Amino acid sequence: MQGAIDSTTAAAANGHAVEAHEEHQDLRVLGLITFLASEFLMFAGFFAVFLVFRGSNAEWPPKETEVELLLPAVNTLILVSSSWVINLGTKAIKKNDLAGMRKWFGITVAMGAVFLVGQVYEYMNLGYGLRTNLFSNCFYLTTGFHGAHVFIGLVLILGVLWRSRRADHYSSLAHTGPEMAEIYWHFVDVVWIVLFSLIYLLTLIK
Amino acid sequence: MFKPFNKTRFMAQAEVSIKPTEDQGGHGHPDKWKWYDYFTFNVDHKVIGIQYLVTSFLFYLVGGFMAVLMRTELATPDSDFLSPELYNAFLTNHGTIMIFLWIVPAAIGGFGNFLIPLMIGARDMAFPKLNAIAFWLNPPAGALLAASFFFGGGAQSGWTSYPPLSEITANLPQTLWCLALIMVGTSSILGSVNFLVTIWKMRVPSMKWDQMPLFCWAMVATSILALFATPVLAAAMVLLLFDINFGTSFFKPDAGGNVVVYQHLFWFYSHPAVYLMILPIFGIMSEVIPVHARKPIFGYKAIAYSSLTICLVGLFVWVHHMFTSGTAPWMRIFFTISTLIVAVPTGVKIFSWVATLWGGKIRYTTAMLFAVGLLSMFVFGGLSGVTLGAAPFDIHVHDTYYVVGHFHYVLFGGSVFGIYSGVYHWFPKITGRMLNETLGKVHFVLTFIGTILTFTPMHQLGMQGMPRRVAMYDPQFADLNQLVTVGAYILAVSVIPFYFNVLWSWRSGKEAGPNPWNALTMEWTTDSPPIIENWEVLPVLTHGPYEYGMDKAVQVGPAGEPTEATQV
Ligand code: HEM
Ligand SMILES: [Cu+2]
Repeated sequence: MQGAIDSTTAAAANGHAVEAHEEHQDLRVLGLITFLASEFLMFAGFFAVFLVFRGSNAEWPPKETEVELLLPAVNTLILVSSSWVINLGTKAIKKNDLAGMRKWFGITVAMGAVFLVGQVYEYMNLGYGLRTNLFSNCFYLTTGFHGAHVFIGLVLILGVLWRSRRADHYSSLAHTGPEMAEIYWHFVDVVWIVLFSLIYLLTLIK
Repeated sequence: MFKPFNKTRFMAQAEVSIKPTEDQGGHGHPDKWKWYDYFTFNVDHKVIGIQYLVTSFLFYLVGGFMAVLMRTELATPDSDFLSPELYNAFLTNHGTIMIFLWIVPAAIGGFGNFLIPLMIGARDMAFPKLNAIAFWLNPPAGALLAASFFFGGGAQSGWTSYPPLSEITANLPQTLWCLALIMVGTSSILGSVNFLVTIWKMRVPSMKWDQMPLFCWAMVATSILALFATPVLAAAMVLLLFDINFGTSFFKPDAGGNVVVYQHLFWFYSHPAVYLMILPIFGIMSEVIPVHARKPIFGYKAIAYSSLTICLVGLFVWVHHMFTSGTAPWMRIFFTISTLIVAVPTGVKIFSWVATLWGGKIRYTTAMLFAVGLLSMFVFGGLSGVTLGAAPFDIHVHDTYYVVGHFHYVLFGGSVFGIYSGVYHWFPKITGRMLNETLGKVHFVLTFIGTILTFTPMHQLGMQGMPRRVAMYDPQFADLNQLVTVGAYILAVSVIPFYFNVLWSWRSGKEAGPNPWNALTMEWTTDSPPIIENWEVLPVLTHGPYEYGMDKAVQVGPAGEPTEATQV
C-alpha cells in the first residue's frame, strides 16, 4: 500500500507543477470522487430494479416479509452522525491536531462497527432470508452490498489510524489519506440515506 | 517495483525553457525498458499501452479463429461441422472477446494509455499504479473465458446473455462469463478515472482545452460514458450471478422476476459501449487525417463538442435494442427519435473529415488508406443504423442477419479499420521503426475486399428473414452464406501480412526517427520510442495541433533545436 501512495504522489507532484498556484490540489481526491460517482451508479442500478419491482407488484413488500423499522432508524442516526464525527477528525488534522484526529476517527470506527453489528442483528431477526421472495432478494442484495461498502470504509479508516501511529505521517499539510477516507465515508452515508428512504421509509406509504 | 529514477526530480525543471542546455539534461539519460519489463507489473503508461495493444491483438486472433470456425459451419445449411452447443459457445465467446478483450482494450487501453500523456505533455498518467492494475485485470478475464470452455463447454447465451436462456443453460460457464465481465468492467472504470483526471489536470500549462489534440477530446467523452454506464452493467452481472448461483429470482418470471429488467440494465451499458468502441476511433481519425492530408482539421470545435454530444445523447437511446421486447408505444417513439438524433453529431464528424480531405495534399499511406476506408464503411454502417433506429423497420429485421450486418459494418469497418489505421500511424512512435508500406497495402486491399464481401450480403439475408445466432438455416439462404464465408476466409488471410509486418518491422523495420510523418502533435516531439519519462524537458506548446500548411509552424525537436515541421 505504501508503494501505491508513493507512486501516485509522484504523479500528483506533476499535477502540482501544472497548477502550482492551487493549494492542496491533490489528484487522488479528484480520482476518488470520479470513481465514487461511477460506483454510485451501480447502486442506482440496484435501486432502479427495486423501484421497478415495487411498481409492478401489488403487494410490496409482501405480507410475510415486512421490514423492521426501529432498529434501522437508530442505525441510520448512528451512520449519519458518524459522517459528522469523521469530519471533526479531518478538521483536527488540518489544524495539526493528530490526537484529535485519532480520537474522532476512532469514534467513527466504533460507530461504523455498531452499524454493521446492528445490520447483522436485523438480518438474524427478520425471519426471512435472501431467497424467500423477490422483495427479500432485493432487500438482502442491496443492504448487503451497502454493508460491504461500510466494511471497506472501516478498513480505510483503520488504515489511516494505523499510519497515524507515526507522529509525522499526517499533518496540516499532508492529510490526503484522512480526507479520502472521509469522502468515502460520506459516500457510504449518502448511499444509505437513499437506500433507507427507498427500502424502509417507502414501505410506510402504501 | 520499477523506480529507475526519481520522477519528482524532473518536475522541478519542467517548463524551464524551449532549449535545454547540457546541464539541464544533466541528470543522465534514463535507460530504456528491457523486453522482459513488458511482462511485468510496470507502471509506465507506454509499457501499459503496449501491453494492452499486444494482449488485445492476441485476443483478436482467438476471436477471429472462432469466427472462421463459425463461418465454416455456416458454409452449408446443415449443422455438420460443429455441434450446436459448441457453435453457441463460439458465438458467445467470439462476441465477448471481440468487444471486451479486443476493441475496448486496444482502442481505449492501448492507444489511450500510450498516447494521452504524450499528447498533452505529461510524464505519465495521474495514477500509474491504478493504471497497471486496470491492465492486469484483463488477462485473468480472458483466462476465465478460456476456463469456461473446460468447465462445461462455454457459455451458451450470446454476448448479451439474456435471461432466461443465460440462467437455464451452462450455469458454471455462465458464472465465469459474468465474473470475466465484472473484471473487464472494473478495468474500464479504473482506466476512465485515470484518463479523465490526467487530461483534466496534467496538460502542460501552455496547452489550453481547445489546443488539445482531438484524440484527447474523444477520450474525455469515452471516459465519461464508461464511468456512467459500466457500473450499471456490473449491477446486471451481479444480479445474474445471484440468480444463477444463490437462488434469487430477479429475472425469473415464474417467481415474480422480470427478464426485461435485465435487458434495460444490459443495454443501458451496452449501447454506450458501442460508443466506447467508436469514440476513440473517431479520435484516431481526427489525428490521422490532417497529418496525411497536410491540412488543418476542419471544424476542430465541432468535432470536439460532437464527441461530448454523442456521449450525452448516447446515454438515452438504449431501448432501440428492445423495440420488440414488449416495449410501450411511447417508448418506441421516444427512443426512435433519440436514436436518430445521435446520427447528427456523428454526421458532423464525417463531414468534417471529408472537408479536411478536400483539397488536401493526400499521402496514400496505409494509415490514410484505412482512415478513408473507414469513412466509406462507417457511412454505410451508420445508415443501416439509422434504418434500425426506426422502430417500424427494426421490428421486421430485429434478430436477423441485417442487424449482424449493421454492427459488423460499424465494428469491423469502423473500429477495426480505425485500430489498424492507428497502428500504421503510431507504430513508428511506439517501436521506433516503420511498418512496411507494401505489406500494409496488401493488408488494406485484402481487408477492404474481405469486409465488403463478408458483411454486405448479411443485410440481404436479414431482409429475407434469416435469423441470427443459428448453426443451421433454410437452404434458400445457402448461396449468400457461401459468399459470406468466402469473405470471412479472405479476412482471415488478410491478417497474415499484418501480423507478419508487425513482427518483422518491430525487429528490422526502417528506423523511424522522432517524426516520420512530419506531424505537429506533441507525441512527435520526443524520441521514437520515447524515453522513459517521455521528455528530458517538457515541451512547450508553440502552435495548435493541426496547423499544417501554415508557414510559421515550427516544431521543437527532441534535442531542442527547432525543426521545420511543415512541408507544403
Ligand atoms: C448512426 C449510428 C447508429 C445507429 C443509429 C445505430 C442503431 C442501432 C440499432 C437500432 C440497433 C438494434 C437493432 C436490433 O437489435 O434490432 C443496433 C444494433 C447494434 N449496433 Fe448500432 N447503431 C449505430 C452505430 C453503431 C456503432 C458505431 C456501433 C459500434 C461501433 C454499433 C454497434 C451495434 C451493435 C454491436 C449492435 C447489435 C447488438 C446485438 O443485438 O447484439 N452501432 N444499432
Ligand atoms: Cu444501440
